[in-house]
Amino acid sequence: MAALIRTQDLVKIYTLGEVQVQALQGVTLVVERGSFVAIMGPSGSGKSTLMNILGCLDRPTSGHYWLDGILVEGLDRDQLAEIRNQKIGFVFQNFNLLPRMTVMENVQLPLLYSSGNSLNLDERARRVLAQVGLAGREQSLPTQLSGGQQQRVAIARALINNPQIVLADEPTGQLDSHTSDEIMRIFQDLNRTHSITLLIVTHADQVARFAQRIVRFRDGRITDDVPNPQDQAREPKVGVEAIS
Amino acid sequence: MKRLISSVRIAFRALKVNKVRSMLTMLGIVIGVAAVIATAAIGSGATQSIEQQIASIGSNMIIVLPGSLTSSGLRMGTGNAVTLTESDARDLTAQCPDIMVAVPLVRGGAQVVYENSNWATLIFGTTPGFLQVRDLLVDDGAPFSQQDVDSGNKVALLGKTVVTNLFGDIDPVGLSIRIKDVPFTVIGVLAAKGQTMTGQDQDDLILLPISTAKRKVIGIKSANADAVDAVMMRAKSGNQIQAAQDEATALLRQRHHLSPAEDNDFSIRSMEEIFATQEASSRILSIMLAAVASVSLVVGGIGIMNIMLVSVRERTREIGLRQAVGAKTRDILTQFLVEAVTLSVAGGAIGIVIGVVASALISRIAHWNMLVSPLSVLLAVFFSGLVGISFGYYPARKAAYLDPIEALRAE
Repeated sequence: MAALIRTQDLVKIYTLGEVQVQALQGVTLVVERGSFVAIMGPSGSGKSTLMNILGCLDRPTSGHYWLDGILVEGLDRDQLAEIRNQKIGFVFQNFNLLPRMTVMENVQLPLLYSSGNSLNLDERARRVLAQVGLAGREQSLPTQLSGGQQQRVAIARALINNPQIVLADEPTGQLDSHTSDEIMRIFQDLNRTHSITLLIVTHADQVARFAQRIVRFRDGRITDDVPNPQDQAREPKVGVEAIS
Repeated sequence: MKRLISSVRIAFRALKVNKVRSMLTMLGIVIGVAAVIATAAIGSGATQSIEQQIASIGSNMIIVLPGSLTSSGLRMGTGNAVTLTESDARDLTAQCPDIMVAVPLVRGGAQVVYENSNWATLIFGTTPGFLQVRDLLVDDGAPFSQQDVDSGNKVALLGKTVVTNLFGDIDPVGLSIRIKDVPFTVIGVLAAKGQTMTGQDQDDLILLPISTAKRKVIGIKSANADAVDAVMMRAKSGNQIQAAQDEATALLRQRHHLSPAEDNDFSIRSMEEIFATQEASSRILSIMLAAVASVSLVVGGIGIMNIMLVSVRERTREIGLRQAVGAKTRDILTQFLVEAVTLSVAGGAIGIVIGVVASALISRIAHWNMLVSPLSVLLAVFFSGLVGISFGYYPARKAAYLDPIEALRAE
């Protein structure tokens, strides 16, 4: 199967005043379709920078990046927006839900910016909400939900446009460990039963242990790239209690 | 279209979140539009009054007054000479193709008596054509004829005000009144014309055959028995006024034996000319008022820009999120533009209502003639939309070109 993500010698240099910071120093990475990868590293190691580039929110200073076979660096602002809309789902540490919109409207936000497919928007939103175990909460406001539930809304929003990949940046950073495990089980379930490609940035082993593969980062370089030794078919069908 | 509708929905929601702020922002536009509507209403109301007044005095009317009399270097002012005559009027009617009719006029004041009542009024001596020149109708009875003029019959046509003051509710036709102790028979009553804009009562007058008026009431000028105070005439149509005026000038100069070097010994003016100045000044006034009013529209626009800038800053994270999930430059631009236009058009709509209500109130309280034209309403809508777009564009552009990563990181 062709790689979904392929990067070659990605370099990112930030200029802060007179100081130049090399956030990425030549990152070459391949992510296969259907895989579940955790990117780990201390803060400042460049993992968020990589995530932004992979998410088409930022461009590398040099190097190449192919997403789903498309060479991304030649695209303009609006073409990148289109790619984010069609191929990528984002989950953020702080959820980033719009506070005055209902759960339903938050989930449907990406559809507002995609052309065509105006069929059964509500039905689609209900289906992804059911996938994350929030059936029945469509008309709630985000403020009426717990942190874990809010993150599930965000996951549903990431899934609404059937993305090629879901990128999650510290998705459990603001949750307690119990809720964190709940969210990770949802991710794991999405990966296993729906073959959704997942890329999660984290610094917590507790989170990374759910992934199939762990990529470690330090000073803008990959230091370690191994299959997760803890990854086994343990706890099959996890998250079912939350879904049903 | 679907996107535009959802943009409008998003805009309304965003505006509802900060109700008080949105209201205050709109206030500038509300005041601006209301002021523009009201001043435009005053302007077109004034123009309408002037037009009505021209119509009530007599449209296409031209007045000829005798020139000033110069006696031993002392110029006495227009109307003192005795150069204008009844035969001038006759020839003007007969010889000028653009003149419908020209009538001679003598005037004076007199006390009029009927039984125990008396009333001071204006006496006009003229010919039957006068009714045609002034657009006068006879309500009751009949006008006097050329026959009455030729024979010097003692008959009178009364204005409504004179009838009310002398007769009360009695029908005066056929009754006898005394003007300067001369008995006259009332043969008709003129239809009411109302007041002029300067408050002159156009119904406070009595019309007599010019021959009778000269001999019995006003008196014959010793210098020239044929002399009159004025000649009034009517052009055949609105666009023949200038031609009629030129023909009359030529004919009168010829009749008065004036050599080309000499000035006219009469002055000739059309009603339109007399009112042109008035109309021009009222137009200048309303343009000035509208200009002042549009300044407040611009100030309102600056208010919108200010609030939109605040709004963009407050919602930077939201913008970043929208960009992350696929909003293009155009989508964000539209969203904020629609918000600005919604503010300004909503403000404009409220302003129109207030402007119309204010115009109605002012016209009732101050008795000004005010006319809210659909055009001014249309312009108000157009300009408030324009203000929204032009002052909303900069903040919207700022939002649309935010860097998504920095926007997402914003507090």
